[in-house]
Amino acid sequence: MSVTTIADTARFSPVGRSNAVIKLLGALLITAVLVVSADPVTSGIALLGQLLLLSAAGQKPLRLLLTLWPITVAALISGWGTAMLSPEGGTVLLNLGWITVTTGSLAAGAAIALRGLAIALPGITVLLTTDPTDLADGLAQTLRLPERFVLASLAALRLVEVMVKEWSVLASARRARGAGNDRGPVGMAKEFGGQAFTLLVQSLRRATRLAMTMEARGFGAGKRTWARVPRYGRVDLYTGGAAVLIAVSALSVSVLLGTHRFIWQ
Amino acid sequence: MTQVKTGTTRTPQKSWRVVDIVVAAVLAAVCAVVFWAWANLLYPVATTAAVAYPPATGLIGGGWLIAGTLGALIIRKPGAAVFCELLAAVLEGFLGTHFGWTVVISGLVQGAAVEIVFLLTRYRKFRLAVAAAGGAMAGLFMGVSENIMYNFEWALDQQVVYASLTTLSGAIIAGVLMWLVTRALQKTGVLNGLASGAARR
Amino acid sequence: MTSHVAVDQRGAEVVLTEFGWHYPGREQPSLNSVSAHIRPGERVLLLGPSGAGKSTLLHAMAGVEQDPDGESRSGELTVNGVDPRDARGAVGFMHQDPETQVILARVGDDVAFGLENLAVPREQIWARVGAALAEVGLDLPLDHSTTELSGGQKQRLALAGTMAMRPQLLLLDEPTASVGEQGAAELRDAVERAVAQSGTTMIVVEHRVGLWESVVDRVIVLNDDGRVAFDGPTREVLGDARELLQRQGTWVPNWTPRTMAPPARDEQATPLLEARGLAVSRTQPGSRTVARRRRRERKAWAKGTPTQADIYRNENVIPAAADIDLSVRAGQALAITGENGAGKSTLALTLAGLLLPCAGTVHATKALAGDAPADPSLWEGTELITRIGSVFQHPEHQFLCSTVRAELEYGPHQAARRGAGPGVDEERIESLLARLGLGGIADANPFTLSGGQKRRLSVATVLASAPDVLILDEPTFGQDAQTWRELVDMLVEELERGTAVVAVTHDRELITALNAVELRLGA
Repeated sequence: MSVTTIADTARFSPVGRSNAVIKLLGALLITAVLVVSADPVTSGIALLGQLLLLSAAGQKPLRLLLTLWPITVAALISGWGTAMLSPEGGTVLLNLGWITVTTGSLAAGAAIALRGLAIALPGITVLLTTDPTDLADGLAQTLRLPERFVLASLAALRLVEVMVKEWSVLASARRARGAGNDRGPVGMAKEFGGQAFTLLVQSLRRATRLAMTMEARGFGAGKRTWARVPRYGRVDLYTGGAAVLIAVSALSVSVLLGTHRFIWQ
Repeated sequence: MTQVKTGTTRTPQKSWRVVDIVVAAVLAAVCAVVFWAWANLLYPVATTAAVAYPPATGLIGGGWLIAGTLGALIIRKPGAAVFCELLAAVLEGFLGTHFGWTVVISGLVQGAAVEIVFLLTRYRKFRLAVAAAGGAMAGLFMGVSENIMYNFEWALDQQVVYASLTTLSGAIIAGVLMWLVTRALQKTGVLNGLASGAARR
Repeated sequence: MTSHVAVDQRGAEVVLTEFGWHYPGREQPSLNSVSAHIRPGERVLLLGPSGAGKSTLLHAMAGVEQDPDGESRSGELTVNGVDPRDARGAVGFMHQDPETQVILARVGDDVAFGLENLAVPREQIWARVGAALAEVGLDLPLDHSTTELSGGQKQRLALAGTMAMRPQLLLLDEPTASVGEQGAAELRDAVERAVAQSGTTMIVVEHRVGLWESVVDRVIVLNDDGRVAFDGPTREVLGDARELLQRQGTWVPNWTPRTMAPPARDEQATPLLEARGLAVSRTQPGSRTVARRRRRERKAWAKGTPTQADIYRNENVIPAAADIDLSVRAGQALAITGENGAGKSTLALTLAGLLLPCAGTVHATKALAGDAPADPSLWEGTELITRIGSVFQHPEHQFLCSTVRAELEYGPHQAARRGAGPGVDEERIESLLARLGLGGIADANPFTLSGGQKRRLSVATVLASAPDVLILDEPTFGQDAQTWRELVDMLVEELERGTAVVAVTHDRELITALNAVELRLGA
């Protein structure tokens, strides 16, 4: 799969070698700035900065956006939705009764699409360049989140792949019983519900067995040690610095230009 | 040591055992997978709705909220709704249907909404009405928080429509439906060993 | 404490005094005043009928049994003089499901997990991890993905993770039940090595006696009501208890249950389903694409202009098995065999019209297809179930209803609703319930049944629609001898009725019992 190949090259890049916690915190910082800001300048600069960082990590930004087209499409759709529903005035460009698109609302929509894309990227970057085990180690050891919950989540994450496979097996197993004949929304909803219920039952059985395995291996009995230590080095300084730079420059440039606007303004 | 324990009180145990934690985590994972399949199934519908009239997407928003109420109804411990909803939201991000670290905010906000409702019952009542209220509250929090975070450019009346639809959707999909699911699960015996499945002597 | 060799480590002593277990909501206790004294270093095989509480006993000894209301246990159970729940780390426990015995994504991390929980200092962890992996014969890099392991390897990984903790008591709950023949033997050998080296006390529950006979020195047999029926040295008990064990459905060595005689082979019998130049793969187009293709091809078929345009001749797809030619004949059994990963199940699903072939054709003859198209993958669900019945490996995947009876009525009811069948034949349902010993539990929720009952029900649900071809994926896998006999008898009856039976299987005895023609994949 294309996403996996991207992930393979990404993990060995400088960003990929950075500590998971640094990446997460950096991504959260950029996200926080973007979430509270409504103007296109902040989003634009943050987006540009992130694309530059991704190129430094060995990615071709445009190809990435094409491969992950659902995100791009989702951003465009949300932009369109805003263009339709924004009360901004201006020259009317399109009038279809309930839909009125004006120059003002179109600008608002474009800003939203840009912002959506910029918000999506930190998630993608961390997802593509981070091993979940390393992230869990960092969350529990560096950020001191409750270790039992972090480790159980990590174990559950491993089962996601099993569940996705099981989902397609369930579809044929049910077809073999003659289920799923009814077309139309009600029939489809029923069939979906039945399939989901069976997956739920199987997963809960698995969960209880997994809990038994973990308990038998002494999980949750008391203080534990860690076989792996999260490592911090020079590369983290660069990655962390880059994230801070992106967040701060996006905000400050927009403020200096007088374009900055908070979402509540 | 291994003597029969008699006269143990039946007050709900508040602390989390290993099995509670693991089941909650796996529950979040399966909700994420179900949501992923649901989003795939509805992709054409949802996209059409988003293009034609965005607030209408609120009607299927309840699908995003199932982990919180299901977690609370099955695990019956303080924090279950927040933990399940947060983890499910992050995993849904991993599976690629929703993107960005804003899922952390959404997960916390929506989980907290359910948590408030069950906290008001002091984690003693798990009836249909409570579940529906939990789902509705999650839907309301979802609608309002998304209006603040994403839909701020929409006209106010459209924002109100959106939040009303997410509340309704939350009450039905995340509330009533998840209550029915929990009841069906109890009958399969998979909840034995959990607070929600403990049979009475 | 040395970090490499377990010199001063000894096995634990287990004492059971009038130990019992009674789950809330159940009529009968699972265990009934079990008393036994298991000495350090002893290796015990625990036998008994399904549902006799063997697993409960093991779980209790491991301290992992859920006691929902704190009133399930009675009597006393100690490991080295203490409650097992307070003896974490002293007791190692393995169960039968490979998928949930793996905890983490990388091999090394998974073995290290238990050591971390025991608070072993980091400097010692990795040496112990390496030693444990070597001991079970898993020669893999520490960062190897656990998802890529086979079932047998996963079980050996779990053994490594358990033995790395240096338990004094090793509990094995049907460790080979989900593992193929070879994997089972490898696991058994690994257990034998590990236990011999450490002197660990071992208790294994398993219904394949032959596999463990040479490893254990004591056998305890429980009877139906959860009491000890026999307890003594291996050879002695296996001799004395042989009849009881056979009745209980335990696979004692050199014995196959007596089953009905299968029909003779007949190479001229009516062909029902034919595969020519078939190649199969799990990689399939999306469900929407498949549905669209079905609609399009059916329309073309209705007009009498079937197109040969196929969406699925993708050259990037590597088939799981290729160049398959076979005929499925009425009243005859066909066994599909081969190594793990040879594409057996994929072939079965493709024959059943549930997957699209990636080359070649699956063709239903007029005798089978009737008024439907010849390509089974174009059939509607209801057309499918009255022609080909597929029994999946995991029974629960095929459960659709909330009672056993509703489950049996589902297929015929669906078919009748679409005008493809005569409706629910109460007589056939009743006779199926009776034949499969499910009569008493017709109103039970299918998910609450025992393993053997679920297996029989999953076969029965398919038979309820009276298909002409029956395709089963590992139907006898992990079943006790009693369920095995019932299944074989049921399949022989179907053969006699003229049903064609196709079974994906590793089970030599099943092939013999059905007098099946064998098709070996990957040979």
